[in-house]
Amino acid sequence: MIPLPYRVVHRHEETADTVTLRLEPVGDGLAAWSPGQFTMVYAFGVGEIPVSISGGSGPIIQHTVRAVGAVSRAICDAPVGSVLGLRGPFGHGWPEQPPEGEVIVLAGGIGLAPLRPLILAGLGQRLSVLIGARTPADLIFTAEYDQWRAAGARVLVTVDRATAGWTGHVGVVTTLLNQVPITACDATRPPPTGYVCGPEVMMRLGAEALAAAGVPPERIWVSLERNMHCGIGLCGHCQLGPLLVCRDGPVIDAGHAARLLLTREL
Amino acid sequence: MTALLHTLEPLVATLRAEGYTVIGPREREGAIVLDVIDSAAQLPSGWGVQTGPGVYRLRRRADRAVFGHSAGPQAWKRFLHPPRERLWAADRDPDGTFAVTASDDPPPRYAFLGVRACDLRAIAIQDRVLGASPSYTARRQAAFIVAVNCTEPSATCFCASAGAGPDVESVDGADLALTELAEPGETEPLYVAVALSPAGRDVLARVPQTPAPPDVVAVARKAVTAATDHMGRSLPDGDLRAMLAATLDSPHWEDVAARCLTCANCTLVCPTCFCTSVTDTTDLTGDHAERWQTWASCFDVEFSYLHGGSVRTSARSRYRQWLTHKLGTWHDQFGESGCVGCGRCIAWCPAGIDITAEARALASAGAES
Repeated sequence: MIPLPYRVVHRHEETADTVTLRLEPVGDGLAAWSPGQFTMVYAFGVGEIPVSISGGSGPIIQHTVRAVGAVSRAICDAPVGSVLGLRGPFGHGWPEQPPEGEVIVLAGGIGLAPLRPLILAGLGQRLSVLIGARTPADLIFTAEYDQWRAAGARVLVTVDRATAGWTGHVGVVTTLLNQVPITACDATRPPPTGYVCGPEVMMRLGAEALAAAGVPPERIWVSLERNMHCGIGLCGHCQLGPLLVCRDGPVIDAGHAARLLLTREL
Repeated sequence: MTALLHTLEPLVATLRAEGYTVIGPREREGAIVLDVIDSAAQLPSGWGVQTGPGVYRLRRRADRAVFGHSAGPQAWKRFLHPPRERLWAADRDPDGTFAVTASDDPPPRYAFLGVRACDLRAIAIQDRVLGASPSYTARRQAAFIVAVNCTEPSATCFCASAGAGPDVESVDGADLALTELAEPGETEPLYVAVALSPAGRDVLARVPQTPAPPDVVAVARKAVTAATDHMGRSLPDGDLRAMLAATLDSPHWEDVAARCLTCANCTLVCPTCFCTSVTDTTDLTGDHAERWQTWASCFDVEFSYLHGGSVRTSARSRYRQWLTHKLGTWHDQFGESGCVGCGRCIAWCPAGIDITAEARALASAGAES
């Protein structure tokens, strides 16, 4: 219930409105986290928001935050040396990647942030990372794409709208799927697994496209976002039908998510 | 052991002597409210209520019963889960780090006098929902509960069909159970008392009493049993959770939305509604910060705000959230219903919207489609 002070030890401006902060505990740190979990990040006196963990090792926790409101703006503006508060880690993250079978990661915009620890844990020949953003200037972690490729992963990038100098793919992220040779499910091969995070409509269409491409629906995972005040199922804000997203999510299977996300204003 | 109490004054005095702040019903400003009492004489002797959709009126009774009224505008949650609570305070050092201190005040020790079965069930529901909150748990564990059987349900009551009464002994959580027996006229009521916990036995043993004659106990039991048949309302039969999950797109939600003012009264009077928001503030120096928790309502547009806009903007979606949560998805989240049938949301809705009628309309619309 009480935020622990964490000092900003490194900051990197990913885009015009998105910053990655590396945070080191001033005293006691949080418990160990797993990919896909989130913390509640507190800007002193301003407020607290849920933010997915985009990386870190040992006591260091890395958060990637887009400035969309007063609190996220204050967090993005936090200089090196300043102190934020963290509570967590909360929620169910990404189910572990199965030992065999293809892994397809679909990321939209800042949705790549909670997927990054999963990508780093699964780098290798069987991993495909499909990244979409509105424009080239909205892509995050761009300096790492070549490292992921060097480690064997297929990393494909697309933008909705090209700007001067862009020579890559243009189109929504699902249009990259035909460049990934997904082996359809059969008795001789282990089934593929999909992980999706991005805007809600992108996750719904992305999960549908993965299922159409041969990924079993029960092996497609999405990460949901809702208003949260407590992170531990006490405040009621993050309800989505039967779910308390902070407690039962944020990662849930795509079939379950589709039924909920297709109900307007649930 | 069943005892007969001829007055409640020694019980109130004993609880006060034990260090409890006694909270009980009082007549104030045309309603029965819950507040501190120093003496049993402050209980609302001879007051009853008349309720209906959007209706709550006090009425004079023909007897001197002090518990002759059904649920009032307040629930006990205002004491166990207060409307406004400071969660912690923090002071920032010159180097930017800060020390957070949670309140370490000892929890208030409340003795609740007059908790009905519906409200006892509601406390058990909030125990499950808010069990991870240290401050709630501390207040709850310190509380002593004197439950009172309901023998006179009102027109808006439906605890029997909600599985939450009227017999307080059918619901866990009370330390003492009373049944009030009042005769018309100026005679003071008698109370059949049963201890339901070790703490309850200790308190009851210190109160002047006579053994309750079997015929008096039988009259008391009969009055409680009979109350089951006098409920003004009932929830529709069947699996409401499944019914509501299947009617999320029913046109009936538009029908309710045309009447609902989204005023949030129902969530404020509901004894199980638990939602809260937190607000972070600082003093003028900027170096002393506090976090306050306040009751929130799913009828507030801001409640579901995400960057870019709120998830639930229409009245239809906000009423649907409230009703489907209460009767349906509460089962998914907490393994039980979130409704105890106290009827407060019906009486205190300015538009007179009736949760039992809306659930029935949805059930019949769902059955037709």
